[in-house]
Amino acid sequence: MQTIFDLSVSGRRASTIPQAGVEENEPAIPSHLLRKTPPALPEVSERDLVQHYTRLSQKNWAIDVGAYPLGSCTMKYNPKINEQIASLPGLRNLHPWQNEADAQGALAMLWEMERALAEITGMKRVTFQPAAGAHGELTGLLIMRAFHQSNGDPRKTVLIPDSAHGTNPASVRLAGYQVRQVPSDDRGLVDLAALEDALDETIVGIMLTNPNTLGLFEKDIEKIAKAMHSVGGLLYFDGANLNAIMGKVRPGDMGFDIVHMNLHKTFSTPHGGGGPGAGPVAVTERLERFLPAPMVEFDESSCNYFWDPDRPDSIGRIHGFHGNFGIVARAYAYYRALGGEGLKKVSERAVLNANYLRTIIESKYPLAHPGLCMHEFVSTARRFKKLGVRGMDVAKRLIDLGFHPPTVYFPLVVEESLMIEPTETESKQTLDALGKALLQISDEAESEPDLLHSAPTTTPVGRLDEARAARQLRLRWTPELAKELTG
Amino acid sequence: MDYTPHTQEDIDQMLRTIGVSTVEDLFREVPEGLRLGRDLDLAKPLTEMEVMDQVASLARKNRSVEELKCFAGGGAYEHYIPAPVRHLAYRAEFATSYTPYQPELSQGVLGALFEFQTMVCELTGMEVSNASLYDGASSLVEAVNLAAGMTGRSRVVVSEAINPNYREVMETFGAGPGYEFVTASASDGVTRLQGLDQAACVIVGQPNFFGMIENLPAIAEKAHEAGALLIVHFDPLSAGVLETPGALGADVVTGEGQSLGNELMFGGPYLGLFATKTEHVRRVPGRITGATLDSNGQPGFVLTLQAREQHIRREKANSNVCTNQTLMAIVATVYLSWLGPQGLKELGETCLARTRYAAQLLSSVSGCSLRFEGPFFKEFVLQVPGRSAEVARQLADRGYLVGPSLERFDGLENCILVAVTETRTAEDIEGLAKVLAEVVA
Repeated sequence: MQTIFDLSVSGRRASTIPQAGVEENEPAIPSHLLRKTPPALPEVSERDLVQHYTRLSQKNWAIDVGAYPLGSCTMKYNPKINEQIASLPGLRNLHPWQNEADAQGALAMLWEMERALAEITGMKRVTFQPAAGAHGELTGLLIMRAFHQSNGDPRKTVLIPDSAHGTNPASVRLAGYQVRQVPSDDRGLVDLAALEDALDETIVGIMLTNPNTLGLFEKDIEKIAKAMHSVGGLLYFDGANLNAIMGKVRPGDMGFDIVHMNLHKTFSTPHGGGGPGAGPVAVTERLERFLPAPMVEFDESSCNYFWDPDRPDSIGRIHGFHGNFGIVARAYAYYRALGGEGLKKVSERAVLNANYLRTIIESKYPLAHPGLCMHEFVSTARRFKKLGVRGMDVAKRLIDLGFHPPTVYFPLVVEESLMIEPTETESKQTLDALGKALLQISDEAESEPDLLHSAPTTTPVGRLDEARAARQLRLRWTPELAKELTG
Repeated sequence: MDYTPHTQEDIDQMLRTIGVSTVEDLFREVPEGLRLGRDLDLAKPLTEMEVMDQVASLARKNRSVEELKCFAGGGAYEHYIPAPVRHLAYRAEFATSYTPYQPELSQGVLGALFEFQTMVCELTGMEVSNASLYDGASSLVEAVNLAAGMTGRSRVVVSEAINPNYREVMETFGAGPGYEFVTASASDGVTRLQGLDQAACVIVGQPNFFGMIENLPAIAEKAHEAGALLIVHFDPLSAGVLETPGALGADVVTGEGQSLGNELMFGGPYLGLFATKTEHVRRVPGRITGATLDSNGQPGFVLTLQAREQHIRREKANSNVCTNQTLMAIVATVYLSWLGPQGLKELGETCLARTRYAAQLLSSVSGCSLRFEGPFFKEFVLQVPGRSAEVARQLADRGYLVGPSLERFDGLENCILVAVTETRTAEDIEGLAKVLAEVVA
């Protein structure tokens, strides 16, 4: 594995830097605060630089390269117009401290996007400060906290289903609360009786994903909401799976009080190899006053948009500036292209694609909970276990057959789980090919299990030793490590 | 325009295979009474050309630094972004990939993050770096959590000369764990430590929010005497000129990496930098990339120490961060490779010299003065006659963006930040001085 440091030659450079071009002054900084040893950054030519990062990029899978059916991640196609829009000079060259008068276009965009997201979720107001889903979760939990405190009612415990994303319980702890897990029943849904048992006046609220991480719609949601509200608790909607329900059913109408959305999932912005995302948070009218300050407002008399920092009950600011505006701009372009009609079609076709793929492979990859699914489904590779084949082996073999694997071993409530979300942007032909590959692997698990154990063989590296990585920490390049890395 | 490939024939065939007659049948688990039952009240779909026209007309309503000469700072800076940076970092193989949970398909992103972590260590003088956080503010929030966890204390001493937005973010997220925030005054422009008793950590900037260079060795000594960790929030672009915070006693170094090749973009996506000592590695938040071997004994990269993270440890995790700012980290990696050690030094020297030139010229305008004495790096506090926000407004009307204005700080009611990077020429600086003289006359 060649790194940029291996290409470094002392004295070589790519950069050209303007000279100061002003009268030189005495050194103004005390010498003990000046750097003595220059940083060991690579010394490369522009040509080396371009070749290295081009080649590095080619060692990576991406949605532009092929299908990416990662459950829970909504790896849909990222329209190219979004990128062109994010590079408009009037957006990318806007300074965050600029006066509102000089940023009317940006504020108008946020205002309009806020109205759209409020309509899609059935909520009243939206903050764009959260930079990611988990950031939104913590924001939502702090809003719950502020709500209960304003009622003089400190509470302690947040309920979370056992099928929830790991960020949910982690966010709960950071908000200063405890987690109480609610089991799933044999339908794969929240166990209503267990939930009702857990409910009392110390419960802050519940965090739910609907459809849940098993790809199933929590059809008791109205009962859950009623029970939770009857003890004064709140309902938080984790928007990871919003792609299943746009234009069909709204979190607000289900009884949720707080919603976060993942614009990098549902609204087609690129994942960037793990970020940036954007996790706007929407709330109902009674929680509006707790949203982070400032909010965008519109003055009808002067037809001007402005930042309103005057929000005495706000939980406070949660981002250094206004959130990941560049991601919101891409999501806005996506929303304008699709309109309400297109967003509904997205959800319908995401659900259609998931059910189609499910039907093709179900005989070999039984569902944890058979029946219709929403935008994703969870199969189990349990039956291969007696052949010495694990879910991860299936995943790695799929790589050799030209697909990114599904999410493996999540949700935790299903043994040997394969969580599959094809998204609406894959064609029937792609789904047929993916289904065929999975069925082939099922046969191979019986006839040639070694093919699965030794996979992948078509990638730049073979299966990597994660235990070794955690035991012998090599977290940065050093000249000594170079020999080991280049083999 | 909805980017779905289905023909009616596809849909019919798929429904037949599934064994239902309409798409609506697929939603039958959604209780009838809950369904929306009407169209969303949203805009109509547009063609790609119409989308471009719509958004471009909004963008034209902004007066960006394309139009204004940018002397604004306060945590976001206009630096020149060299052509190879966008060209390489935004390649679709990086930009449209997911988190590298399947390392065999992610050696590109993982390799770049490994290089990024190395470069952050070189800039900060620390031993380990993570693979990024949301922004400078979120890095500080996580640094405070690390310090509180290490020391078992909950008092946080924050210099007055820390970005006030960051301070606010720390207080917002401090509500959960119940931290107590204490301000260390910076009325002379640099931090005077106080209230260190039982402090988990001390937070200062280098350079600080006023652009001033702190005497870190003295601060580190006091912090450590009190048993507190020293958290230094630094400007990575100063690292060719200024001694590293690590060498001067920092325990955790955070930073805003926007200036490393990332766009201004109205405040985000930016890049939270986070680095510390090896002894704290298991308390580091977020993703970390490590080198290992594959099944054939060949080297490769993986996400490592995942037992710290939320998807494994759930409520016992160090942090809830999952999605981070990887693409911005790749931008920074390419940018720093473009700069090289010599480029970073020259860039710092140019910023420093031009900033000093600007300070001289602007402070000689009648009624204006430098608010603080002492060394600064690429921005400084200018005192103006009259309301600083109004002066900034009038400068913007005449084509010069300065700021932010500092009226929210005690004693800085007539003060404004002025930042100067390599993008501002001597002529720009002279132009600003001339217009400032007209505005304050």
